[in-house]
Amino acid sequence: MWIYDKKLQYPVNIKNPNPKLAKVIISQLGGPDGELAASLRYLNQRYTMPSDKVKGLLTDIGTEELAHVEMISAIVYQLTRNLSIEQIKESGFDTYFVDHTAGLYPISASGVPFTASYFGVKGDAITDLTEDMAAEQKARTTYDNILRLADDPDVRDPIKFLREREIVHFQRFGEALRIIQDNLSPRNFYACNPSFDKKCGIRK
Amino acid sequence: MNEREELMMKIQKYDFTLKELNLYLDTHPNCRRALAMFNKYKKLKSDAEKEFADAYGPLTPIQNNSANHWHWVSDPWPWERS
Repeated sequence: MWIYDKKLQYPVNIKNPNPKLAKVIISQLGGPDGELAASLRYLNQRYTMPSDKVKGLLTDIGTEELAHVEMISAIVYQLTRNLSIEQIKESGFDTYFVDHTAGLYPISASGVPFTASYFGVKGDAITDLTEDMAAEQKARTTYDNILRLADDPDVRDPIKFLREREIVHFQRFGEALRIIQDNLSPRNFYACNPSFDKKCGIRK
Repeated sequence: MNEREELMMKIQKYDFTLKELNLYLDTHPNCRRALAMFNKYKKLKSDAEKEFADAYGPLTPIQNNSANHWHWVSDPWPWERS
């Protein structure tokens, strides 16, 4: 179960609306390497992990990603408040506005709605953790690209925080992969699927 | 920054420290140094959250202490600019 905490993980206080930038940043809500995909990836993968430590890590990072979904949503929300119809037309936000007004809907920057095909659950500890490490790097690159496009320090500050979290999660997933491999035969990590095959592993 | 925002910032800093230690401890569950830090910040966070809930309202529904009003829905939501 989960309990909601009435606070953001890191403050978001954006003074100036910028619907054009919101249209780009929304990709980290509903895009291919976004926070929603991250949370669902980890929270779904955790059930079949053969290690209690890694089950814990996926639960805790998957939960943190929900807090990142909320931060990105707060950024998009604050960038699209009190817009005039002129601002909506000039910024190109009209293509979003026509379907969602200023409501928050998970889509990519190019307008593709969120889909579960953005993440994988292979049911193999090595495969899934390798995907998780790649996912953190892909999100980090996306944040780097957002930082190339955003000038406003009020936006850059929370985006830099989120970028840094990708690097920390990558490190922790690397340790998780090592925990799994330390329990497998060093002669061939791939001799069996540690999430499925019974007696797969040198220590049980 | 007003007093409410300062206290909230303090809680967010404690939360962050605890989250970071939590993830580290998931893969290093026997690290005594991290455990000692976790216990230290757990106490600081819990004291600061109690102070916040008493002064400005609940951060989780369970912290609603009033017999007269359900404050959970009357305080600002976190995505609103302060």
